[in-house]
Amino acid sequence: SKTLFFISFEPFRGGLDCATVEPLFYCSVSSDLEEKRIPLPSNSQSLQSCTVTVFILFLQIPLRSDYGYKVSLFSHLHQYSRKAPLTQQISIPATVIHPSIVRLGLQYSQGIVAGSNARSVALLHAFKQVIQDYSTPPNEELPRDLVNKLKPYISFLNQCRPLSASMGNAIKYIKKEISNIPSQCKEEEAKKKLLLCIDNYVNEKITLAAKAISKCAIDKISDGDVILVYGCSSLVNHILCEAFEKQRKFRVIVVDSRPRLEGREALRRLVKRGIRCTYVLISAVSYILPEVSKVFLGAHALLANGYVMSRVGTSQIALVAKAYNVPVLVCCETYKFCERVQTDSFVSNELDDPDDLIVTREGKTQLADWQSVKSLGLLNLVYDVTPPDFVDLVITELGMIPCTSVPVVLRVKNVDQ
Amino acid sequence: MELQAVLMAAGGGSRMMDLTYNTPKPLLPVGNKPLIWYPLNLLERAGFEEVMVITTKEVQKALSTEQRLKLDVKMKLDVVCIPEEADMGTADALRHIQQKIKTDILVVSCDLITDVALHEVVDLFRAHNATLSMLMSKVHEFTETVPGQKGKKKTGEQRDFVGVDSTGKRLLFMANEADLEDGLVIRKSIMRKHPKMHIKTGLLDAHLYCLKRSVVDFLVDNKSISSLRGELVPYLVRKQFTKALGSQRDDEHTDQNLKRKDANASLEILSSSKDEALLQLACERSCWNDHRGDMSEAYHGGQLRCYAHIMEDGTCYRVNTLAAYVEANRVAPKLFEEPPVHPSAVISERSLVGGDSIIGAFCQIADKTSIKRSTIGTSTTVKEKVKVTNSIIMNGITIEEGCNIQGSVICNNAVIGRGADLKYCLVGSGQRIEAEAERTNEVIVGSDQLMEI
Repeated sequence: SKTLFFISFEPFRGGLDCATVEPLFYCSVSSDLEEKRIPLPSNSQSLQSCTVTVFILFLQIPLRSDYGYKVSLFSHLHQYSRKAPLTQQISIPATVIHPSIVRLGLQYSQGIVAGSNARSVALLHAFKQVIQDYSTPPNEELPRDLVNKLKPYISFLNQCRPLSASMGNAIKYIKKEISNIPSQCKEEEAKKKLLLCIDNYVNEKITLAAKAISKCAIDKISDGDVILVYGCSSLVNHILCEAFEKQRKFRVIVVDSRPRLEGREALRRLVKRGIRCTYVLISAVSYILPEVSKVFLGAHALLANGYVMSRVGTSQIALVAKAYNVPVLVCCETYKFCERVQTDSFVSNELDDPDDLIVTREGKTQLADWQSVKSLGLLNLVYDVTPPDFVDLVITELGMIPCTSVPVVLRVKNVDQ
Repeated sequence: MELQAVLMAAGGGSRMMDLTYNTPKPLLPVGNKPLIWYPLNLLERAGFEEVMVITTKEVQKALSTEQRLKLDVKMKLDVVCIPEEADMGTADALRHIQQKIKTDILVVSCDLITDVALHEVVDLFRAHNATLSMLMSKVHEFTETVPGQKGKKKTGEQRDFVGVDSTGKRLLFMANEADLEDGLVIRKSIMRKHPKMHIKTGLLDAHLYCLKRSVVDFLVDNKSISSLRGELVPYLVRKQFTKALGSQRDDEHTDQNLKRKDANASLEILSSSKDEALLQLACERSCWNDHRGDMSEAYHGGQLRCYAHIMEDGTCYRVNTLAAYVEANRVAPKLFEEPPVHPSAVISERSLVGGDSIIGAFCQIADKTSIKRSTIGTSTTVKEKVKVTNSIIMNGITIEEGCNIQGSVICNNAVIGRGADLKYCLVGSGQRIEAEAERTNEVIVGSDQLMEI
């Protein structure tokens, strides 16, 4: 459990400047609150004698411990085991953390909710439950208190699985909306307003954006195309299904990679609609690429310097496609645009459970005790970044832009807000 | 609030009447603590702050008055009495407290002794949004000799056939041997959806269930279901694979449909009416599936899901037979960290108390006694030259000099006369064994408690 110190300064009432100073940090999650008054030595004239009120607060979010040997290049990142969920350290029934957040955290860590859009939508759904069950404690104001209530939940979710860029933007939006609620607004009204905001956000940024992107992208798909997709991107699948409805004639090559093998799910969804598909593993991509006319990729986030952060393996596909002069189109909603800048995949990434790499065939598991082999490390990366030179076009709901225009979009978005 | 705990302590202990005719089952001492302490301790360690205890008036009185039964739990116990004459099953009991149930529930039986990590069961319930999540364990062979057992050990109760899928978590099939007359019948729809099924017979149902709130509402509407284990659980497991009747029809009229009497449709509708549009969207966009190889979405689109956590190692006992009771007494002391010899017991220095024996409070152990692998209850007096091996001595018993007690169970307030020699006997409550008696493999109970046939 973390200990946080909040210090507030109150000027002595008899002093020259009697402006009341708002406490610097104000927190009302008051389960264990200890107040200590410590007189400061008065060593300056203007600061005559202040009493320092120190609030010692104990946040009860447990920390998940790292598992297994971490490859040295990535030793600054966390590596957790799926068999040790965070829920074994919190009480049943969950009281400190709202139950729908606990459920969401579990679903994240077990991979039941996976994919950038799905995670954001599930997060907003859980926040809706939290807001519905929230009631302002006496002497508190809804805007401040609700934002403070969300902080431990967000840190819990971060422990279960590191937050994605889309989730980060959604959280920023919610916090802004909550803070903007006027203080004379009644609680019921405020809650209704917030729930409506969340629904609007999902509708605008995800549902309608997907529609707009499909419309643009379908123009780029001509009859007789052979489209290559990688992994399972909900947006790319949506585009392809829509294009098929609009009677475009094309076939799809689904490229997949271990250990997640998400391409199988994409394959299932496309074949269910009736689209002709081919399925290969990423090791065969240079073999299959001469047949391909276009590559459609989904993105986890678009960084401010134009790099595309996506599932590990995407940069390789883009590289090989560039070598064969095949156009690469990245489809991404604007709410996934992120102000971070990254040029390599080492600095900030996610390490998944290394035991996923172990395969059991015919009852035999060769790497069953990989931890005892000192010179062996298993690395299960989740994301990688693709430089903008390999990406020809980014399709967003604002239109089709080159990769280098991402900072412009970000600037315009900030101005709007 | 996420889960409410419900402890079922109204059962009669019908399979060990010799022990329970005087002491109600929840109050039977195991390792010198009442049986009901073990599930309460499990719930307390998990973090529950309140438990609803459904029990009889007798037990409620005993819990609140008798000092000896100080339970030592910090949780708030909400004791609900059910009338003894009503002969209620576990599902009837849930119907009885339906007003108090506001969220999903965790039902535990009072005879469960286990050290399972509860979060394993509850995580299955949370993560998959399951309707039922239960705990099962591998059956342990009982190694202790059971007192009063004549002849070879019976084959035991009829087995349960439990079918799980290839991950070992999803429950596909559950039936008791008694219900299967000609053979095991498995529906084709199950085989089509889950081609790989493991059927296990050596499993013990720990009677620990996480149930959704909609199941309780369903029970209220369907008064014919009276037992959780016998009727509701197999029903829910079967219902996972029946065709959804209501969901094909108008989804907009879910609120009106809640009043319908149709048992089949109401459970589906009750559980699916909570699904919001956002949750649907998240499921659609998520690239996860619980199975592969066919064309259907996650969970085959089914709303009702039943999961089981099967404990591989660790203790899990259900104390509902004499054999289980004896075994549990052997094992239970490892579950709590109290010293085996109570500080208030008076033990003379010339007695030999083995390290694996438990002595209760206010006991008096005289000289030259030898106590090995046994449990001695509170306020028991053991006089000189007594040899007690492998036995369970309950509370308030007097054992006169020179006795030799081996492999036996002596119930409350019995008196064992001088020089008696008891091997593998069960002495009922308040019985007197005359001096110099020699009994082997007998059940000694009062004449008024003889078995009713």
